[in-house]
Amino acid sequence: MSSYEARFKVWRGDTEGGDLEDFKVEVNDGEVVLDIIHRLQATQAPDLAVRWNCKAGKCGSCSAEINGRPRLMCMTRMSVFSREETITVTPLRAFPVIRDLVTDVGFNYQKARQVPAFVPPKELGPGEYRMMQEDVDRSQEFRKCIECFLCQDTCHVVRDHEENKQAFAGPRFLMRVAELDMHPLDAAAESGLDRKATAQDEHGLGYCNITKCCTEVCPEGIKITDNALIPLKERAVDRKYDPLVWLGSKIRRRS
Amino acid sequence: MSVVDRQEWDVVVVGAGGAGLRAAIEARERGARTAVICKSLFGKAHTVMAEGGIAAAMANVNEHDNWQVHFRDTMRGGKFLNQWRMAELHAREAPDRVWELETWGALFDRTKDGRISQRNFGGHEYPRLAHVGDRTGLELIRTLQQKIVSLQQEDFKETGDYESRLKVFQECTVTRVLKQDEKVSGVFAYDRETGRFFVLEAPAVVIATGGIGKSFKVTSNSWEYTGDGHALALLAGAPLLNMEFVQFHPTGMVWPPSVKGILVTESVRGDGGVLRNSDGKRFMFDYVPDVFKEKYAESEEEADRWYDDPENNRRPPELLPRDEVARAINSEVKAGRGSPHGGVFLDVSTRMPAEVIKRRLPSMYHQFKELADVDITAEAMEVGPTCHYVMGGIAVDSDSAAARGVPGLFAAGEVAGGMHGSNRLGGNSLSDLLVFGRRAGWHAAEYSAGLAGGRPVVEDAQIDAAAAEALRPFSAESPDEAAPENPYTLHQELQQTMNDLVGIIRREGEMAHALEKLAELRVRARRAGVEGHRQFNPGWHLALDLRNMLLVSECVARAALERTESRGGHTREDHPTMERSWRNVNLLCRLADPTGGLAATDPERGQIDLVRETTEPIRPDLLALFDKEELVKYLAEEELYE
Amino acid sequence: MATGTEPHLNSGGVHTPTRAAISASHLRTDRWWLAPAATAAGLLAFIVYSTWRAFSNADYYAAPYVSPFYSPCLAENCEPMRNGPNWEIFGSWWGLSPAILILIFPLGFRLTCYYYRKAYYRGFWASPPACAVAEPHRKYTGETRFPLILQNIHRYFFYAAVPVAGILTYDTVLTFRDENYEWGHMGLGTLVFLVNIVLIWAYTVSCHSCRHIVGGKLKHFSKHPVRYRMWQWVGKLNARHMLLAWASLVSVALADFYVYLLASGVFDDPRLF
Repeated sequence: MSSYEARFKVWRGDTEGGDLEDFKVEVNDGEVVLDIIHRLQATQAPDLAVRWNCKAGKCGSCSAEINGRPRLMCMTRMSVFSREETITVTPLRAFPVIRDLVTDVGFNYQKARQVPAFVPPKELGPGEYRMMQEDVDRSQEFRKCIECFLCQDTCHVVRDHEENKQAFAGPRFLMRVAELDMHPLDAAAESGLDRKATAQDEHGLGYCNITKCCTEVCPEGIKITDNALIPLKERAVDRKYDPLVWLGSKIRRRS
Repeated sequence: MSVVDRQEWDVVVVGAGGAGLRAAIEARERGARTAVICKSLFGKAHTVMAEGGIAAAMANVNEHDNWQVHFRDTMRGGKFLNQWRMAELHAREAPDRVWELETWGALFDRTKDGRISQRNFGGHEYPRLAHVGDRTGLELIRTLQQKIVSLQQEDFKETGDYESRLKVFQECTVTRVLKQDEKVSGVFAYDRETGRFFVLEAPAVVIATGGIGKSFKVTSNSWEYTGDGHALALLAGAPLLNMEFVQFHPTGMVWPPSVKGILVTESVRGDGGVLRNSDGKRFMFDYVPDVFKEKYAESEEEADRWYDDPENNRRPPELLPRDEVARAINSEVKAGRGSPHGGVFLDVSTRMPAEVIKRRLPSMYHQFKELADVDITAEAMEVGPTCHYVMGGIAVDSDSAAARGVPGLFAAGEVAGGMHGSNRLGGNSLSDLLVFGRRAGWHAAEYSAGLAGGRPVVEDAQIDAAAAEALRPFSAESPDEAAPENPYTLHQELQQTMNDLVGIIRREGEMAHALEKLAELRVRARRAGVEGHRQFNPGWHLALDLRNMLLVSECVARAALERTESRGGHTREDHPTMERSWRNVNLLCRLADPTGGLAATDPERGQIDLVRETTEPIRPDLLALFDKEELVKYLAEEELYE
Repeated sequence: MATGTEPHLNSGGVHTPTRAAISASHLRTDRWWLAPAATAAGLLAFIVYSTWRAFSNADYYAAPYVSPFYSPCLAENCEPMRNGPNWEIFGSWWGLSPAILILIFPLGFRLTCYYYRKAYYRGFWASPPACAVAEPHRKYTGETRFPLILQNIHRYFFYAAVPVAGILTYDTVLTFRDENYEWGHMGLGTLVFLVNIVLIWAYTVSCHSCRHIVGGKLKHFSKHPVRYRMWQWVGKLNARHMLLAWASLVSVALADFYVYLLASGVFDDPRLF
């Protein structure tokens, strides 16, 4: 078992301002960045604010930016860095900061509320649902999401353009729309809700330019872009930009 | 004293894990304006860590399954100490609770004919666990979270405000349940983000805060598991039941040190993984206790046949209840047959093709790859016992989940005691959350509505006292001028104490020593001081949580010292056998000083009084579900003849 | 936060006043610029080469090989290719290079392709240059407005790309003739064409729109087992869409360049049999 002293720069501050602070801290074999932050707390900076919970990559609480890249601190092993490297840890930079490494992620909870919930089919009671595995596979992939909001943080649509936060739900919640639209028993259509069209009209799917950063940062390895966003774009095309479909619906409406 | 923000609600739920959210949904659907308070962000609760599944006798995979079999398994697993009425309600209602989740959008893995698939698990006679890969807890929490959002969407349509009837106060901590006379009047809490205090006035409070694992060094539990609910109930005058029963999950990661304790799901064994010692021997065959002899295979060949033909073969001993497996691993390591990092080997790599492992155990594959650099499809995992769950908890009424002796206080989930007896079966916790979460929410709403005009009032003096208590760490100083204590150091010492002295194998002298050490820590904890200010200050938060951990740890140590037998999650080296005379004895912990002042610094007396209580006899029709020969092993003579 | 005023360049995005005060616009320490730079260089090289070849209107036929840039050849000014893909739909009024008539389709297909969009948004537009690296634009509306909203017509280019790939397949079949149009021969060029057509098809079929059309649009795979099978198959290819996009881009340029070398007489096609 070997240990060494690493150099860290950790952003400390709050809404009033702040700066990167230098630390020297012991690192042991097998540790992750979150262990080091905890060591700082216990030995050098007891009031260093950080969010964490499960420490096993399952709850998605300890999101931060390490050397400029959005990551979970508990899943970033120290062994990926060289011993000479100075490791910079900052809070997520797409959301308002609260203190130190903690940001206000309320944006995501707001957006979650704007996606209409699963609509249960009227004719089926509890226990009567029958779904085939191949029909639930796609939505199950999206339900692996641990809501760490790294995709929301890295997405340049809102990261670089605060003003787009109104109109754009972000990859996590567009993926939620896709999940529900692919749910084999979702009865939204029967209740008059067209998830394909609202993805474009209300959740800002058009803002996505499929540059795939959401997929790159996803700690669960969900293929957000290829399996959720692009299929959703194609579904929106079915509704809004396909002249054949458009013509068909015109004719149907007339008759 | 500063003016503290007050809000009025009908029901307040403390904790937003499975039980808390299910309670909140139920209370809101029954018309109560409901507030949920949780320490983390909404949706991050420890429930997400549950991997294996939800036990419910839906009989989707084996048609012979029914609630009676489930009840039987639960009682056996708990060594007949379970509050039998809870075990009955749980077994009867679990399927409805699972099916209900589907109507809220949950997507479980499916059988060939499109129903919810169910998997094998330790102690369950039939495949019974509804699951989603190995991330069932996440599915549960997300489904409940999304159901809450959908209720909020309904409220928004009606009232224009998402939070008019159901609000989640996230990243807030409750430090006191407030009472007027005997009755609950609300809770005192602080907002972690700003440090501001606030009071939620409500006649009904549901405690659903989970467990106590953070008092132990090696644990699968997250930082939130500081026994807050246990302590809140104690301080409010409610008793805790059978706190000596702490489940050590047999398979936690043992390396690297920073992840020591993190859970390796039981599904690894349910799906075919086997335990081996350093000699390569499947040692579990040597550890099948007499009470289980007829149910478990005697040879590797028979055990291996069971996966494909469970009708004609007995199950592998790797699937014994958790307490048995944890003790067996402990013995192997002690005998010098452990793995390099002090565990044993858990192997799936030689049992299944790599693709199957990746498909059925994706997050385990991921966890070992990312955290330990181990490819579980190619090599064995190293595992060892880790503190996982507390069977003991707030003593509640089985049907209503009402805490004993404090009108308006309810408890559900891990924080409530009784349901699991002396040992919980895997998969029974998620179903417990749903069944009793719903019941707690239901009865809390009913109780609250029944009080209509005459609600208890929150008194200013109580608020002032609670605020002063919460602020103490900022002005910590000691009479003898000693420096303030570092809360992180105190916490580490507490964890070490509990791990070493009240851990998986217990001895009288060590526990007595633990009580002394706890008393010392209690004195030092009064001097725990913090730097900085109230805004998101983890040092301060920990200093406040220490009170709860110390209280709960004392309960565990005292009860463990008292129970002179080994049963389920309580193993005494000096009393290694299960005694039938202890079968019907419950141990209740109460606060020694019922005024709630924490003046008791005397190590002899401590803060906790222990009371023995005889349990209610098991209802005859439920007893009739077991063979006489089996009952003889558990029940005392006089119980058998009644 | 939408205040109605245009945020100043230094105060927008990651420098919005509510966010953590960090002066650097990004803190990445790796060579994040490498991928967009390489992408831009690769695309630029192809654009330069293909523009030159498309407008040159020469050296695109060396029996039995026709450059994929000029196939099918739809104007009267095409070089005669026996049994080859020249159909004079456009007659004699067309005076420019006939390549332009047909290249619109593959060009449109690739221009609206979900992979190439990512590539040029990142490589040329720096929107974003790399993940968590601030983009230099003041405003961003993505694909919500004209002209980028036209990206939604990708599937029509896919429909057009299929017959084009069909004709290139026909061309490849014709390469089993020799320079005198006798069947049963094979040259090095035949191999080049074979590799190219396989990659062209793989790229075309792995398209996201194709994945949607064959099965992705369905709600219940279990009710359409054949389409489900096709969707899975396309999905496997689709996972390599980026690789196929580059491989087919290179192979089509190489096939054209090979024809150019033959037609301009640099060397003769080595015969295999």
